Order: sequence, then C-alpha cells, then structure tokens
Amino acid sequence: MHHSIEVKDLSFAYPDGHQALKGVSLSIAPCEKVALVGPNGAGKSTLILHLNGILMGSGEVRVCAVEARKENLGRLRAMVGLVFQSPDDQLFSPTVFDDVAFGPLYQGLAAELVHRRVEEALCAVHMCGYERRISHHLSAGEKKRIAIATVLSMQPEVLVLDEPTAGLDPRARRSLIQLLRELPMTMLVSTHDMHMVGELFPRMVIMDEGSIVADGPTEALMNDQALLEAHGLEKP
Amino acid sequence: MHSAPQPLHIPDGFLSVLVSLLFWLLTAAAVGYALRRVGKDLGDRQVPMMGVLAAAIFAGQMLNFSVAGGTSGHLMGAAIATILLGPWAAMLVMTCVVSVQALIFQDGGLLVLGANIFNMGVVGVAVSYMAYRTLQRLARGARWGLFAGGFIATWLSIEASALLVALQLAVSGVSPANVAVPAMGGVHALIGIGEGLITLGALAFLYRARPDLLLAGEERPIKGQFIWAFGLLLAFGLAVASPLASSNPDGLEWVAAQAGFLDARRLSPFNLIPDYLLPGISNQALATVLAGVLGMLIVFAVTLLVAYNRRARRASD
Amino acid sequence: MHIHFLDPFQPRQSPIHQLDPRVKFVLALAFILTAALTPSGAWSAYILLFALAFSATILSDLGASYVLKRSALALPFVLSALPLIFTTEGASLLDLSIGAWSLTVTQPGLARFASLALKSWVSVQAGILLAVTTPFPDLLVAMRALGVPRLIVAVIGLMWRYLFVLADEALRLIRARLARSGDAANAELRTGGSLVWRARVAGGMAGSLFLRAFERSDRIYMAMLSRGYDGEARTLPLPRIRPLQWLTLGVGLGILALLLVLAYLI
Repeated sequence: MHHSIEVKDLSFAYPDGHQALKGVSLSIAPCEKVALVGPNGAGKSTLILHLNGILMGSGEVRVCAVEARKENLGRLRAMVGLVFQSPDDQLFSPTVFDDVAFGPLYQGLAAELVHRRVEEALCAVHMCGYERRISHHLSAGEKKRIAIATVLSMQPEVLVLDEPTAGLDPRARRSLIQLLRELPMTMLVSTHDMHMVGELFPRMVIMDEGSIVADGPTEALMNDQALLEAHGLEKP
Repeated sequence: MHSAPQPLHIPDGFLSVLVSLLFWLLTAAAVGYALRRVGKDLGDRQVPMMGVLAAAIFAGQMLNFSVAGGTSGHLMGAAIATILLGPWAAMLVMTCVVSVQALIFQDGGLLVLGANIFNMGVVGVAVSYMAYRTLQRLARGARWGLFAGGFIATWLSIEASALLVALQLAVSGVSPANVAVPAMGGVHALIGIGEGLITLGALAFLYRARPDLLLAGEERPIKGQFIWAFGLLLAFGLAVASPLASSNPDGLEWVAAQAGFLDARRLSPFNLIPDYLLPGISNQALATVLAGVLGMLIVFAVTLLVAYNRRARRASD
Repeated sequence: MHIHFLDPFQPRQSPIHQLDPRVKFVLALAFILTAALTPSGAWSAYILLFALAFSATILSDLGASYVLKRSALALPFVLSALPLIFTTEGASLLDLSIGAWSLTVTQPGLARFASLALKSWVSVQAGILLAVTTPFPDLLVAMRALGVPRLIVAVIGLMWRYLFVLADEALRLIRARLARSGDAANAELRTGGSLVWRARVAGGMAGSLFLRAFERSDRIYMAMLSRGYDGEARTLPLPRIRPLQWLTLGVGLGILALLLVLAYLI
C-alpha cells in the first residue's frame, strides 16, 4: 500500500540564496487529513509547491508512487489538486464554467465528460448552477469554493490547500469548514486557523525555518504550550 | 472612468473603405508574424503575461495627471509595453487593448479597427523599439540610455501614430492634409511630452524595484534588426511625407478622389428610369420622402410589437 | 469596491439579447460596412439606416435615450472633418470672413460633412448595441467563430478578467494620492507640486501597477500549470447555430444588401 504523499529529505533554496527547505521528510497515508502549521516564512508554501512539481528541489517527492520529475508533471498535476491562497489568481477564465472546465480540458477529456465533471465539481462545493456566472461578481467565500471546484473537476487523489480560511467572514468560514469536512480525499492544509485545525485535522505538522519540528496527533501537540509558543503558534 | 474618447482612435466612417481594408491587410500580416515570434520568446508564460500586462495598460489609462488648463496627460502604452515585453508581445498586447477599446467602449470604430491597431499597435511599437534600442546602444548600457530611450520612444510613438492618422484622413478625403497634419502633429507633440513624463516615472520606479523586468525588452540583436529597421523607415517616412502632404494637399485630394470614387459618382446603369417620376419633384427628393415614411413605419411597427409583447407578458404574470 | 461601471453589458430579456452572439457580431459588422459603402448624399439610405438602428434599440429594451447618449460621446472626432465644408468645390452657400481668412461654405461641402457625420453616428450606434446586449464571454465566442487567432482570444479573455482587478488597484492608488493631496495651512503656498513631480508620481503609480501585474501574472501562471496547462490555447467546441439564428442572419444581411443597392440606384 503506497502512501498518498511521500517526501524524503527535500531541500530547496530560492535563486536569491534563501534556504527555504532543509531536509524535509513527510509521509501521508491515503485519506489522511493533515494540517501544516507554522509561522510565516517557515517554508509551508514552498513545500506545497513541490508537491505538484512547480518547484523542484533536491530529494524525493512522490505522490501515489509517481515521482515528481519532468516527464511525470502532467500526471502529477492531475493527481494533486492545489488550491492557492488567493482565489483571484486561480479564477482566470471568463466564466465559472470555463475555470472549472480548464483542468479536465487539459487532461484531454471529451467535451461531454468535461461538462459532467464541471457539474459534479460545482455541486460538490454546493454551487450547482453557477456555470454562467462571472468570477469578478462573486463574493470572497463563493470564489474560494469555486477555486476548490476548479481542482475537484480533475478528480485528484490529494487535495492541498494554502490558507483556505484566510480573509473570510465568519459565515463563509463556517461554510468552508463544513465543505472540507465533507470532501473524502487525502488532504493537506496549510493554515494559521488553529480553531479549524482542532476541528478537522487529527494530525498536525509544525514547520519552522525550513524544517519539520513536530509531527503528531493534533490533540497532543495542542496541549504542548511550550512547543506552540516556541514556534509562534497559539492554542485556540 | 473610461468616458472620454481619445484623439488617436478613429471612429467608423472617417476612413474610406479602401483605406480601411488596406490597413486591415497590413495589420493582419504584422500580427500574424508577431503571433509566431511571441511563442518563441516567451514560451508558455505568454498568455498570462500578455493578458495581465494588457489589463495593466488598460487600467493604467485611468491614471492621469493634470497638465494645464483642464487637460490631462495619460498613458497610451505602446512604448512601455515594448520596453517591458519586447516588440512582438507588445504588438499583441496593444492589438488586444485597442480591439477591446473599440468593441466594448466604441473608442475607435470596428471597420477602421485595422487602421487603429496598425497606428497604435504596429507603428507605435516599431517606432518605440527603434528609438529605445538606439538610445540604449548610444548610452552603452548606462542608466541615462534607459530613461532617455523611454521618454523619446514614448514621444515618437505618439507623434508617429498621430501623423499616420492625419495622412489616413487626408487620403480618405475626410480632412485636408494641410489642416490634419499640423493639427494632429501639433496636439500630439504636446500630449507626447506628458506621456513621456509618465513613462519616465514608471521606468524610474521599476528600475529601483525590479530592474530585471526591464531587461525583457532586450531582443537578440540579429532578429531584432528587422523591426528596428521597419521602425526607422516608418519614422523617417512619416517625417518626410507629412510636411510634403501638408504643403501639397491637392496631391492627396487627387488620390482621395480616385480612391473614393464610389463616394463621388453614383451608378446609374438603368437609364430607363426617368429623372422625374412625379412632375416637379426630383427622384432623389421623392426617395427621401418615401424613405422617411418607410422608416417611421418600421420604427412604429417595432414599437407596437414590443409594447404588445410587454403587455401580454404582464397579463400572464 | 468594484468598478462595475466599466462593463457596459446590460442584461435584459429582449430578442436582441437572445440573438446568437456570432450572428449579432456579423450583423453589426455588416451594418457598419453598409453604412460605410453608402455614397455621400444618399439621404434616403441614411434615414433607413437610422430607422433600422432605432428599431433595434427599441427591440433591445434599452431605452432610446441610453443609446443616443452613449453614441454622442464618440462624436467629437467629427470636428476633424469640419474643413470639408469649406474645401469641397461646388455651389457656394455662404461667404464668411474671419479676420484675414475668407471661407466659403459650399453646398457639396455641407452635404459631405453631414453625410460623414450621419454615417459615423449610426455606425457607433450599431457598435453600442452589440456591446451592451452581449455578455463579454459571448463576445469571445463570436471572436473565435469569426476566426480571430486563439492566442489573441485567450489574451483578451485574461485581460478582461484582470482589468477590473487592476482597475480596483489603480483606484486605490488614486485614492491614496488624493488622501495625501491636501492644501497647506498657509494660503500663500502654491500646492500641487511641479509638473515634473506630478508626472513622476503618476508614473510611479503606473510603475507600481505594472509591477503588481507582473507578479500577479506569475501567480496566475502557477495556477494554470497546477491545472495541467501546457502552453496551448485549448477550448471546447462551439455550440451549433440554431436554424432560427441562421434565418435571422440571412434576413438581416438581405435587408442591408437591398438598402445598399437602393442607395446606389436613387
């Protein structure tokens, strides 16, 4: 049985010299829900960008046993649904339909199948019937959900989200948390929202300064006051 | 607020059909070539980069500053697009901006869109590129080359576009060259200064914040020579043609008369129809009256239809 | 704060709104071409063209004053043709002396000027009707159908999408500048800064806008890659044009052709 996500000894430095990842190792089993927390600059976003090959450092990255190499990028990106922090950067098409259809279209699926995937994805995020809408006119919460739909339509094995609840008002946030609870696939979420972590994610990984400093059951780690404080976190 | 139409965007009806079609052909050729070159230069980044930069130019046209007496200077964009993206991508960016301005905001006509794209997108970019590269080479990489190049590229691109518009109007028989050339040339010489200053400000900012972005205007010397030469030819040609046309408007009038022959003469193949169908009233007058009546009937019928439809809908609600 | 007013599209339940965008686009272009081909002085043709445009306006449920107001904005260019009144040869109507110049208003000159103004005005109305009754994504469909290169359609699509986002950013920059543009307590001082300084500030704002645009385009590129983008502009096939739409297209083109023929005969 292979792991959904397997990272072994991953290191990466940006062109300006900044060492963002220092020998990170992480294994996530299928259908596991893991939260990735840590202060800004810890390397969380950098790590996430390695999972679908946008960045490639030294070390091994495998998703569902497929190695992150140039030849595999197409397959990899179909398996990893990466949702970025700002939905405005992800909703770049004229209509909602075009955005959600983008993934399946580039997977080479037939037109009818693309239409079906779009419908299923929109309904999965409780936005059935939004096909003809224009992204600019949507609210922040609606945009976040459509952004999730744009990757769900590819039917990924793994869902990776970067700060999903950032910038949402309480109602939209509650609705998004409910949505994340419903989605069945393996999930890795980078977040500052410790309340959500406690609610949804049984396992927590703490990163700081490019390394993983703790990896274990959320409940146990949340009670370790000293650990949290040392890495700029607060217990909710 | 995008309300005021700009003086360089020609509306429909101001260029003869022949001139419009000619410039459509020229633009299609230039844009077709640019499409092939851009893929090689920017790779698969081309769509997001050009799209968002085009949006920035469009939005940037809202940024103005008061010059004097109620007028304001603002951004056209050909020069800065050329400096940031290189000539081919800049041509495509300007094509997109000018097209949407025409289609959505009626800033410029649709039939004459080919000419507008040529004036601002092709000529504007080629002349900018020529000026910018020349000054950069003269300065041998020193910083003043970037800024002087930016200013002069902007001014020249606007002036060249303006002169070309004047010549197009003259050849179409719409505005005599000895009026159009000095008017367009003069007004835009001032506007060009304002825009040149804005470009300078933008370049100064970018030079401090992200100097690496400004290198994107670098073209491999060999391939860039073609468009550089084209830009030089255009600038030189316009500089010569404009005062010439201005002082000899009759020459262009003759061309206009030939090109606009459809306008001047009416086809009368059917000499069977007498000049007067009704005594005392010329055929043309009669036709005008009939057209008026017919037109009113059409409008009346449509109004009735719409009103009836609305009432039927309201009744069924 | 959104700049919605930049988008001229007005949703309505009208036959014009329901026309296939491809048919609408072709009819609008054909209308403008017909107007351009109509000879100077063919008043009857102009009347009929205006009647057609006006009828379309009524059918579109937009309100005549709305379209007329918008079309008036595009007219200042007409001034460039003013010299025609004086320079066209023909029967003179009026002699004017302005200072050292003596100008003669000729009848053909007036006719040519009026023809030009009317043709231009009615063409603008056609353009307005097209833009106001068609949602932007449908205009993209029309462009694709008419053979506009796919790369350009893709760039235009992205441009439109981010126009509003960047316009919001530009508005924020303008507001920030306004917030810092106060008058000095001392009334003697000349506020506003020099021209060069003002241009530099405006230029700096433009530069900032471009920088943000570049960085945003990077993020969009990453988002596109994450969903499998490979550099090709890929699209779904366009839906078929329904028979009623073909009929409308045919009838519309027929009317315009008839009008043009009549314009030349009379």
